[in-house]
Amino acid sequence: MGAFLVKRLGFAVVTLWAVLTLVFVVVRIVPGDPAQVILGDQADANAIAAMRTRLGLDAPLIEQYWTFLTGAIRGDWGVSLVTGRPVIQEILVVLPWTLELTIVSMLIGIAIGVPLGVWAAINRNRMPDYVTRIASLLGLSFPPFVSAIILLILFAIMLRWFPVISAGSGSLSAWFQAMALPALNLGLIMAAYITRVARSAMLEVMQEDYVRSARAKGVPWRVVVWRHALRNALIPIITIVGLYLGILIGNSVLTEIVFNRPGLGKLIVGALNQRDYTMLQGMMVIYTLIVVLVNIATDLTYALADPRVKLS
Amino acid sequence: MSASVHDAGPASPPRMRWLSATLGAFNANKTSWVGLVIVVAVILAAAFAPLIAPHDPLEQDILSRLQPPHENYYLGTDYFGRDILSRLLYGARISLVIGVASTVIALVIGSLIGVLAGWYGGRFDVVVMQAMDILLAFPSLILGLILVAMLGPSMENITIAIALTSIPSFARIARAPTITVKERDFIEAGRALAFSDARIMARHILPNIFPEILVMGSLWLAAAIRTEASLAFIGLGVKPPIATWGGMIREGFENILDSYWLVLAPSLAILIIVFALNILGDGLRDAIDPKLKGER
Repeated sequence: MGAFLVKRLGFAVVTLWAVLTLVFVVVRIVPGDPAQVILGDQADANAIAAMRTRLGLDAPLIEQYWTFLTGAIRGDWGVSLVTGRPVIQEILVVLPWTLELTIVSMLIGIAIGVPLGVWAAINRNRMPDYVTRIASLLGLSFPPFVSAIILLILFAIMLRWFPVISAGSGSLSAWFQAMALPALNLGLIMAAYITRVARSAMLEVMQEDYVRSARAKGVPWRVVVWRHALRNALIPIITIVGLYLGILIGNSVLTEIVFNRPGLGKLIVGALNQRDYTMLQGMMVIYTLIVVLVNIATDLTYALADPRVKLS
Repeated sequence: MSASVHDAGPASPPRMRWLSATLGAFNANKTSWVGLVIVVAVILAAAFAPLIAPHDPLEQDILSRLQPPHENYYLGTDYFGRDILSRLLYGARISLVIGVASTVIALVIGSLIGVLAGWYGGRFDVVVMQAMDILLAFPSLILGLILVAMLGPSMENITIAIALTSIPSFARIARAPTITVKERDFIEAGRALAFSDARIMARHILPNIFPEILVMGSLWLAAAIRTEASLAFIGLGVKPPIATWGGMIREGFENILDSYWLVLAPSLAILIIVFALNILGDGLRDAIDPKLKGER
């Protein structure tokens, strides 16, 4: 367990270093001078030179790289070129919004996806199975902003059940009102992925000898399905949940835009539109950090779900 | 590469039988035909857009702005009075061209990386696949977003960005079967005949792993079209006034409170083509791997 953690953390550090280096290189090889791009075509030479100094672009490359890396480790990701506030501060302000949305969506996805997948598997090649398969295929065909827009039209514009702008907080009901549609949107798409994996994992497990033995010795059918079989189908399900969290964080960008909800997504789009390079660098680091941590958490969950998994 | 008669000697698995079996399995799955028909219909509609489009997609009719669907404009008009149906038809071209081009690029480069890594193994394999894992770990939409923002939103750059985000997946998919096929007898025979590595990989490994790559190709085409639309929706699509589905939704979103048909038509268009491609890919997968039939 200890050795495993060290190894995984080692990989995490390497990944982070690789991404940081990639960010550093990309910003510098992209055609056009960042200072020029930030200031626009009309900027005079003096202003551009001043901006280059401010960005640290006039120092030797090695020195720039070193400053960038050590700064990143110390949590000093520079200041936003637009607001002038530290990048890390700007990110930490909106991070809880995105994390909250992601976690609630994930719970919705699991709560819908797992039972649906199991239900389809035990009804293989019958009506529930066909309906579930088509529905889940349809679900994962939705670009997240399209499904978000359809939910918005249906429930916020036509039925007026929910607000069009989902940024409420304070009371529990305001929180629910603001969270419902964005989380439902992301949760339903995630449920589609989980359903498919849960179904195929269950189909495989249900053919195992121990399932037949359990049934033969008279264990009730429900107990066989939900305890014996599902427990053993958990590993692929956890894998897809872990993998999907990365996609989920990407999808939350689109959802946040449609529902006008604060979060990393709105921050990154703002940074893109305003060419806020330091902000973009910081965002790439935070996204990588999240993904790497999720991967480690996924591996640890394997051991929790299945004692046979040895973390080494 | 010289193609001679005895080339087929040690290798050639019964490819024709495989083909007919695949077609048979594909046939047995009626829903995959639905997917195929829709995909072909969309391709034809895009190809013949200039002939079928009732209006010029860029023509602005200021007097009939934001009109709901009626007989003159079947799907209504947008904020500039442009015909939505015509823009939809022309937009299909952008989606398909970027989708197909980026998928083909990713398929070729990714498979190459995967086959090389699987074939040579050892440290090369470890380093390459580790790099792929790092790329794979990064949310592809965010990666695409940043790449397009930095390169600039042109059709080529969007294609490159989407291709880059899906290369690692193809590498993973190509590597696994390469390792399995590598151990088979007909590869051994090829080696005994002193065939070069390149020749064995190109002529004997590639045809064997091609079906799996192709299936992933059709599923990734769906993903690529989705990503292109997402980028365009964020504002990183091919520049206006050129019609793209994601861009139409972006423009229509500004008037969503009173004219929601502006976003509805392109939204459904994206959904239909992606759904059809997924059905098609699913059917193809079942056909290629009967063991998996109906399991995924």
